[in-house]
Amino acid sequence: MSANPAPPAQEGTAATPPPPTDTPRDETPAGALAFILRNQSFTVIVVALLGALALGAILIRYQGVSPWYAYQTIFHEALFTSGGLARTLTKTSPLILTGLAVVLPLRVGLFNIGGQGQFVLAAAAAGWAGYATRGSGFLALIIGLVVGLLVGAMWASIAALLKTTRGVHEVITTIMLNNIALGIIWWMVTPGGPAAYKNTSQIPMTGPIDDAARMPTIAGLPVAFLVSVALALVCGWMLKKTTLGFQFDTVGKNKFAAGYAGIGISKVILLAMAFAGALAGLAGAMEVHGVMHHFEPAIGGTLGFDGITIALLARSNPVWTIPAAFLVGILRTGAAGLQFATGIAPEIVDLLLAITLLLVSIPVLGKWIFRSRADKVEAAATSWGN
Amino acid sequence: MSEWISRNKMTVGLGAVVLVLAYLYYFADKTTALSMYRYSWSYAVPLVLCAMVGVIGERSGVVNIGIEGQLLVSAFAGFFGAAYSGSLLVGVLAGVGCGLILGGFLAWTTVKWRMDQIIAGVVLNIVATGITSFYYKPGQLLPALMPHVSIPVLSKIPLIGEVFFKGTGVIALLAIVIVIGIHLALFKTRWGLRTRAIGEYPSAADTAGINVIRMRLVNVTLAGALAGLAGVFLSMDSTSSFERGMSAGRGFLALAIMIFGAWRPLRAAAAALFFGFVTAAASQLQADRVINVPPQLVGTLPYVMTLVVLAVAAGKVRAPGAVGQPFVKEGK
Repeated sequence: MSANPAPPAQEGTAATPPPPTDTPRDETPAGALAFILRNQSFTVIVVALLGALALGAILIRYQGVSPWYAYQTIFHEALFTSGGLARTLTKTSPLILTGLAVVLPLRVGLFNIGGQGQFVLAAAAAGWAGYATRGSGFLALIIGLVVGLLVGAMWASIAALLKTTRGVHEVITTIMLNNIALGIIWWMVTPGGPAAYKNTSQIPMTGPIDDAARMPTIAGLPVAFLVSVALALVCGWMLKKTTLGFQFDTVGKNKFAAGYAGIGISKVILLAMAFAGALAGLAGAMEVHGVMHHFEPAIGGTLGFDGITIALLARSNPVWTIPAAFLVGILRTGAAGLQFATGIAPEIVDLLLAITLLLVSIPVLGKWIFRSRADKVEAAATSWGN
Repeated sequence: MSEWISRNKMTVGLGAVVLVLAYLYYFADKTTALSMYRYSWSYAVPLVLCAMVGVIGERSGVVNIGIEGQLLVSAFAGFFGAAYSGSLLVGVLAGVGCGLILGGFLAWTTVKWRMDQIIAGVVLNIVATGITSFYYKPGQLLPALMPHVSIPVLSKIPLIGEVFFKGTGVIALLAIVIVIGIHLALFKTRWGLRTRAIGEYPSAADTAGINVIRMRLVNVTLAGALAGLAGVFLSMDSTSSFERGMSAGRGFLALAIMIFGAWRPLRAAAAALFFGFVTAAASQLQADRVINVPPQLVGTLPYVMTLVVLAVAAGKVRAPGAVGQPFVKEGK
């Protein structure tokens, strides 16, 4: 909050000394150290990542596998095998969006844990819509995406409305909505459900969508990836350059000030959550139309929850969700190869990401690295109650 | 006594109505009623214990969103501790110990390091999911069943005795003692007064000479043991197995129950029983084909109920004043 203190109004006295800062007249260090100090939060993230990899190495060692070999396998599998990079980018696209679905509400002080539910419910709806409109060619894709977007936005708006009208905390409501969404999608696709599709594989799913309604790839790049990157940039621009973005940050930093300034807090909260749900929903729809070509309950994996890690890794900066999601995408893609090569369960990634999340979100890490400049280290903050 | 009744007319009246209805149904259809009531209580036990974790935390001014994670890790540690060591006691101790450790972790990060309490809790949950899903091994069995006991005289009481004291697990019995104990401690002892003070108005409590930081640390850490007990109950008593993600949102249901119970232990216990009963009633109606709702949707009932309860209860109850805010001693 004290990142940019407004200069106090002073009456013409040019000789007034500048207000004292928390680091009084330090000798500015040069070179690499200066760079590190200027980019504190970035440094914290790098240290957290390295720390997580180091801790992860110990855990992998305990599984009787050389950590060096394990990490090499992960990165090789995800980046350098044939089709590896394409698979990683395919994995990265929804992660960017579910990351954004956490970032936007975080900027208004809300913690959206509901990305998972918004994602799967929208994916189910998009899959259903895509199958129902089969035969209409490209139009089915548009319909699927729009349906996904709307369902995601609607699902997130429930939490926002409960927050603005009843003051119920969004962490609880979004988690509950995740569980409810799970119930709904299983009901939809199990035999007897409205979207169930009879097939030989015994896996509950919706019917396949037409080839014409699939999302294409352009020069090996999945269109979903391009869309996701573009949306991350748009969100970054929106937060930085537009009035709405300014309102987001004002509400997030100080609700009372925002209220006095005449910003409609409820409206901003509702918009932030609806945008978040729309992004997670779009991710679900694109996963159906671009990757699976049908919907099945396992589609979500942990994509929604990974969004939390990504958002905190990106320090709630939309643009930074791109590299953060790419990193998670690498780990998730590489984990499959790791299991094939060494037998280590792919859940090792859950553990690695959890450790990373732990390290990035503990503000003390920043304090340890920058002892005297602790106050400058900004940590994400939410609010409890109203 | 009469003064107490006149001060709590609503509670007493509601309690009497519920009790009468419960007994009427019991005498009408003894087998079904008993099985439903017993199911309600076994459903409620982990919720009650977790709600106590929330109550102690928030009464001290610390939000505990990480109950879910504490529950999951304790269930995991309890089950695999017992399975590998061949001793139920080791399992119980491992589960409770993990609850304590995670409680301590949450306390330290939020109280000492002043990390955002919500984020700390969510991180704890994600770490819990990561650990338990990576180290999960299928096909393990408990060495024995958890002991179930009947209390001599109490178990003879119709309905109440049969539900709470006849052939019930030790942890379920303990839960009754714990709830009543915490209620008395919170409202009748010096510890309780101080706990409520540091949750309502920490700087005033500090002026009065209470060590706010230390008290919050101790309270939140010790409360973790209750989450541990709940986890042990879940994997060792009510199911005898561990599954990935088996806590299934119970930590959050408990928070809703805490709010529904207005941050009071006994009311929270009543709220948990209500949750248990509605769940039991829904599956009974489903089984009797009275209602025809797909089972997947019936399964979402506790979560829907949480949303409804929170939407209704919010605004009617008041949270402790300083909940969610880190305490910074003046002059530091």
